Amino acid sequence: MSCCAPGAEMALDYTTAVMPSSAEIKLASRSLGGDLHQTDLSVPSVHCAACIHTIETALSRLEHVESARVNLSTKRVSVRWHGDEVPPLFATLGRSGYPAHLFDPEVVGNDKALSELIRAVAVAGFAAGNIMLLSVSVWSGAQGATRDLFHWVSALIAVPALFFAGGIYFRSAANALRHGRMNMDVPIAVGVSLAYAMSLYETINHGEHAYFDASVSLLFFLLIGRTLDHVMRERARTAVNGLSRLAPRGAVILRGEGVREYLPVGEILPHMQLLIAAGERIPVDGTILSGTSDLDCSLVSGESTPRTVGTGAHIQAGMLNLTGPLTMEATAAAKDSFLAEMVRLMEAAEGGRSKYRRIADRVSALYAPVVHLAAFLTFLGWMAAAGDWHQAMTIAIAVLIITCPCALGLAVPIVQVVAARRLFEAGVMVKDGSAMERLAMVDTALFDKTGTLTLGQPRLINASSIDPTMLAIAADMATHSRHPFSKAIARFASSPTQPRLEAVSEHPGFGMEAVTEGNTWRLGRRGWAGWKARTGGEGKAGGYGGTVLTKNGMIVATFAFEDAMRADARLALEKLNDSGVSIQMLSGDTAKACGEVAGTLGIEDYVPSLLPSGKVECVEALTRAGHKVLMVGDGLNDTPALAAAHVSIAPATAADVGRNVADFVFLRESLIAVPLAIEVSRKAKHLIRQNLAIAIIYNAIAVPIAITGHVTPLIAAIAMSASSLIVIGNAMRLQAFKGLSFAGTKPGRRAGTHVAAQPS
Amino acid sequence: MTTLVYLIPVALFLGALGLTGFLWALRSGQYEDLDGAAERILIDRDDGAAPRSK
Repeated sequence: MSCCAPGAEMALDYTTAVMPSSAEIKLASRSLGGDLHQTDLSVPSVHCAACIHTIETALSRLEHVESARVNLSTKRVSVRWHGDEVPPLFATLGRSGYPAHLFDPEVVGNDKALSELIRAVAVAGFAAGNIMLLSVSVWSGAQGATRDLFHWVSALIAVPALFFAGGIYFRSAANALRHGRMNMDVPIAVGVSLAYAMSLYETINHGEHAYFDASVSLLFFLLIGRTLDHVMRERARTAVNGLSRLAPRGAVILRGEGVREYLPVGEILPHMQLLIAAGERIPVDGTILSGTSDLDCSLVSGESTPRTVGTGAHIQAGMLNLTGPLTMEATAAAKDSFLAEMVRLMEAAEGGRSKYRRIADRVSALYAPVVHLAAFLTFLGWMAAAGDWHQAMTIAIAVLIITCPCALGLAVPIVQVVAARRLFEAGVMVKDGSAMERLAMVDTALFDKTGTLTLGQPRLINASSIDPTMLAIAADMATHSRHPFSKAIARFASSPTQPRLEAVSEHPGFGMEAVTEGNTWRLGRRGWAGWKARTGGEGKAGGYGGTVLTKNGMIVATFAFEDAMRADARLALEKLNDSGVSIQMLSGDTAKACGEVAGTLGIEDYVPSLLPSGKVECVEALTRAGHKVLMVGDGLNDTPALAAAHVSIAPATAADVGRNVADFVFLRESLIAVPLAIEVSRKAKHLIRQNLAIAIIYNAIAVPIAITGHVTPLIAAIAMSASSLIVIGNAMRLQAFKGLSFAGTKPGRRAGTHVAAQPS
Repeated sequence: MTTLVYLIPVALFLGALGLTGFLWALRSGQYEDLDGAAERILIDRDDGAAPRSK
């Protein structure tokens, strides 16, 4: 039970997290008919039976809640409730120690694809098993009428298998051919259907050899590979989808006469007045009508220092309102906002990856014509030699069956499944197999600064030189604020031994004020807090200007901050260097801030003050110079560059669009995920090549036997199964590859889920 | 030969039974939360909560 007690820092984060309003929850829930609604929440910290129990009991006790069910595999809970009032789901979960968040309900189509695949595997497995049973009796010497009976039964069992399981391949092959392309499914579809047709003909004519077992077990093996591949991608997708959404779903609109209404983002029009509470993100571009606050622009522009804004300031969608409530007027609808502009840039930039052709497709484009030609030549050869068209046909089809790319069809996906699993365990989600192939080719890595190399959160660096009592008072005051500097100071909060704070208030844009025993304490900007001190020396300590603590206007402590580095950033960059990848940093932040980070991490090459389009240009320039570029970034401003790069990686804390466009998403804090992903991808590429080589060697041995007419169904069955097993066994070696160089840096599961739970 | 007349249908019937069982389990959502199912056996239902639907 104790394992489930949330850590202290988690509880702290929870108190400062913003809970979605009930209007937002309602918007995200789906109606089940009547007044029954279902809301799905992502709860990343669920991980054992006790967690399930706590959550389910806590939620079921709430009024109007019909049922609550936790899904441990996807770390989600679905709650059914009725009535118009939304039950206090988030508060209840938060109190039990499980911070939750809403996510977008996913597309149902993918679910259907998976259940179709599993059904196909089940039917093919059933058919393959039974037909193999009958075939073994035939091979062991069943004769005459018995053999015919067995063949007929096999033919019947094979029908549903071809229909259910084969349908997937036939459709895919037809689709490829219609577009004038060639994929692995074409030779499979041709081989399977010809084998079935020929066997049926043999059966009708009381023939000796039937290949029903070959055609069905081929489908069965290939479907297993395909299903595993799908399951793996589905898991990664679910994990990424379960991350909390950073873009707001809607906002409170201020209508005339003080009427407030919650509207989804898509319905917000220019000139509407919006209320933005502290802790919310700006939904659309606009100008501030009233209010002062600090905005966290790190996702939008890459600046690490919050920007203080007041009436009349222009603000962009995606910025996070930190300290004070704002009233703003929308100047653009969501579809014309900054975010939408990024999406347009992103679509324009898409190029490199759509041109990439998967290894399997490239191989099959060569392979299929060769195989089909070989079979055809065999037919002609036997016709010329023996003149018996039935015999020539039988042998030609045997060639097709034996070369049917069972091993080849498995060679690539099975390695990628194993590799994706390895990465999944390390907290790296892979969107698809082609991403791994592309990552293995990378020779240049571009990193964004804020939020990628750094955490985008300031860290207090001079804590040891500050008087502990003063630090404790400052930390106490800081817990009342959401400003990143306050959060950094609040980490030093200790046990409450000092005088209690009274009347703590936040002055957006300036700092915090508190009163204790007649003394006025202020924590914030030097000019505001130290109103009696002589100003000057601003920006002396640290790169963040002056943040000070004052007592009755006299400065008693000065705080210096730096942007905290992501864990293992230096180590990760060194590893990349060692593996022959050159590194550059692209940032929207100032040259000074970039210089400091580059100095600390030993990056020689960096470009500061870049606009989103500038980042794309950098990527494109490198691509033109013949480099394969990896882009690692998190902000909205990185999104177009993520799309333009050959392959891209984003942290879990990235903006929603960025996470969706990136090929890899890593859930843990450590940057070591990047070199790990590259290493596993390269290893996978190596194994894929080996597997392809094995498949080709197998063909080199088997094809001559088939062409000379010595292949019987028994030999075909043995050869095909053996080659598949060898290929699978070879792929499994990746699982054994422990990534020795990364030993000891692998944090536990909890750490991973914690990071995923706390976007900042 | 005569034994085959009923043995083969029996074998196929049993296999089909297993297949139907699997498809039924799949459709009724029993494969949706494998980790959860493994952990749930540890939960005592001592609070008298009504069995959950589905």
